[in-house]
Amino acid sequence: MENNAEIVTIYVMGKKHNVPGDLTIMKAMEYAGHQFTRGAGCRGGYCGACATLYRKKGSYKLEGALACQKIVEDGMYIAQIPFNPAEKTTYSLDELRPDANTILEYYPELSRCLACNTCTKACPQDIMVMDYVQASLRGDIEQAAKLSFDCISCGLCAVRCPAEIVPYNVGQLARRLYARYVDGPSQHVLDRVKEVEEGKFDEGIKELKNMDKAALQERYETREKILE
Amino acid sequence: MSDYESGYPDYMRESLEKVAATRASRVGKSFKAMTAEEKDKILRDFHPDWKMDQKRGLKVGPSKGQLMPHEVVDILEAHSIIKPEDIDLSSIDYDIDVLIIGAGGAGLSAAILAHDSGIGPDKILIVQKLRLGDANSKMSQGGIQAADAPNDSPTIHYLDIIGGGHYENKPELVEAMVNDGPDVIKWHEELGVLYDKLEDGTMQLAPGGGTSRLRMHSCKDYTGMEITRILMDEVLNRQIGYVEFTSAVEFVMDDKGQVAGAVLFDMDSDEYKIARAKSTILATGGFGRLHIQSFETTNHYGATGDGIIMAYRAGANLIHLDSTQFHPTGSAYPEQIVGQLCTEKLRGRGAQPVNVDGELFVYPLETRDVEASALIRECFGRENGVTTPSGMKGVWLDTPLIDIINGEGTIEREFAAMFRNYNKFGIDIRKEPMLVFPTLHYQNGGVEINVRCETSVPGLFAAGEVCGGVHGKNRLMGNSQLDLYVFGRRAGKAGAERAKTTKIGKLNLDHLKRYEKGLKEGGVETTRKSPMLLPEYRGEKTLEHQLKLL
Repeated sequence: MENNAEIVTIYVMGKKHNVPGDLTIMKAMEYAGHQFTRGAGCRGGYCGACATLYRKKGSYKLEGALACQKIVEDGMYIAQIPFNPAEKTTYSLDELRPDANTILEYYPELSRCLACNTCTKACPQDIMVMDYVQASLRGDIEQAAKLSFDCISCGLCAVRCPAEIVPYNVGQLARRLYARYVDGPSQHVLDRVKEVEEGKFDEGIKELKNMDKAALQERYETREKILE
Repeated sequence: MSDYESGYPDYMRESLEKVAATRASRVGKSFKAMTAEEKDKILRDFHPDWKMDQKRGLKVGPSKGQLMPHEVVDILEAHSIIKPEDIDLSSIDYDIDVLIIGAGGAGLSAAILAHDSGIGPDKILIVQKLRLGDANSKMSQGGIQAADAPNDSPTIHYLDIIGGGHYENKPELVEAMVNDGPDVIKWHEELGVLYDKLEDGTMQLAPGGGTSRLRMHSCKDYTGMEITRILMDEVLNRQIGYVEFTSAVEFVMDDKGQVAGAVLFDMDSDEYKIARAKSTILATGGFGRLHIQSFETTNHYGATGDGIIMAYRAGANLIHLDSTQFHPTGSAYPEQIVGQLCTEKLRGRGAQPVNVDGELFVYPLETRDVEASALIRECFGRENGVTTPSGMKGVWLDTPLIDIINGEGTIEREFAAMFRNYNKFGIDIRKEPMLVFPTLHYQNGGVEINVRCETSVPGLFAAGEVCGGVHGKNRLMGNSQLDLYVFGRRAGKAGAERAKTTKIGKLNLDHLKRYEKGLKEGGVETTRKSPMLLPEYRGEKTLEHQLKLL
């Protein structure tokens, strides 16, 4: 297989490799001979397994990225952060209430937030992390839930936070509280569950189960479609 | 596109301009759906499942004679990576009631239900090859089906599934799934899953390929991620036992012929460990990383089909493994994300597949097998595709229509993941279409189960993508997500019940010796070993997998 991309130099945990410049960090590391056990997951930007810190040559700045989503650059120094020894409190959602203090009670370190915005800068998902940390601190569960929704728990915010807050766990609690107690269940779902329990659809399904293939096919091909 | 710089190479400009020029005239229009005869013909002519030279009959075991893709037969007709004489079964590392192998949606659900059914958290063990939640479950974007809308019913859902599956599904499994569907959504809401809703508090529901009602529930385009992370959080809250970076490699059996746990491989220390369990639940997911017919895949790094070979060596029946799902729309460009999923929900919300000339050529919501075949025909039967710099072909998925039809801001709100993903590579899907081609997506077949998730081997339960029979020969969008929770919960409950009365006898690995004998008797001569555990992408293979396609 040919690849005509320009060759660039990267440093994987300090070790120099020459790799095609159009590869993602993940594929470049594989090209250089790494087989991942840690540090690779869905390979599509959904799981947060490949959290990576990097610095470009000549820059003082540490930047965060997902290795599967970031293309290598010449002179890039790369270190993966595949695990984060972060605190996750345990709780029973059934026993919680969506009060202004609930999140703070479980994550009191929230009050140490310096509003320095380092978490937001570290986020590879471009989430306003500091804003949802602040919302959690204020007890604005809805705001915290909505702002944090796209979080994939890669952990880069927590690694960089000088106040040692673990934003992604805070966001998780906010979302569960909001969905369960504020947003609440949809009535038509509850109604349908009851109808199923009462056996309302048993006859209809039984009829379909007992049809021969030709009759079933006829029923399928002529079924009504309501897609508006 | 005045002040927007195109994210595509210059030579595609002419085609992109044609797509933009026909866009307004396509609003509200749709290519007509195919008849049953047309569907049958296009599948035979263009679906990869119908390339008979890409399959062979299996020469060993209880499902001997079944046709399967070469890549699947290759892992089934292979030696175990362990030798029974090297494994010390007298030293038990984990002695539990319920062992769950795999920590995606099915495994996590099983763990929670086993706990609900009275098994202590320290008597449950989840083993996971990578991290908790590292699974295809998390990557599901578009949604989950469940018939809870007032104009819908489990009966209608049943008919959609069985027709979409070409009438080959096991009816009792379909019945279980459609009946449990609404209760799964209720359970999710109790756990705190944040579903997309309308202002009046009802679910925002979308269509999918082959659905006759709006039935797709979503959490933006992070549906699987949202559900999985909450199940993980719940497992952690309940302090259920789990061990990561530890892969099951073979089942352990006992002198009563039942599965009694598994041999585990610690991915850090390279040591083998033994888990003894009264019930064992297999939830290892699918086989996308086998790259059937060299297709790129949407699948997770760990999706190497380990569960089917472990179960098969223990004597479990396999079903429908001749059938593989190719998702109609995987990325064809940019190269860095070739093969990645472009959710069907994009079409559900109005994006249309169009060819190099900006013309419609297929109804956007045919079932996946038919839709994928139509895209392949457009590229390779009619030569109306767009060639990428690496020589791959694709057609356009005209996403800007979504905002035109549903209002500005819809893409950013509902397709946050897709929008972000493409932006990282310089393409704004609000302004330009995506270039797509079918990609290997789902293992339609697998281990045969009943409605209690029992396999044909006592003590072994299975749930999720590793199983076959639920979806027949073609799965509909949103039904794999539902499958995970319906059968994961059933497996956890049934596994817990069995564990309460089961006694385990003397452990052995005799089934591996029997399987070796079967290989010999079937005339299989090979040095291959399985399970694979992780795919190999080092060195040149990185480039091959990036560039090789048809």
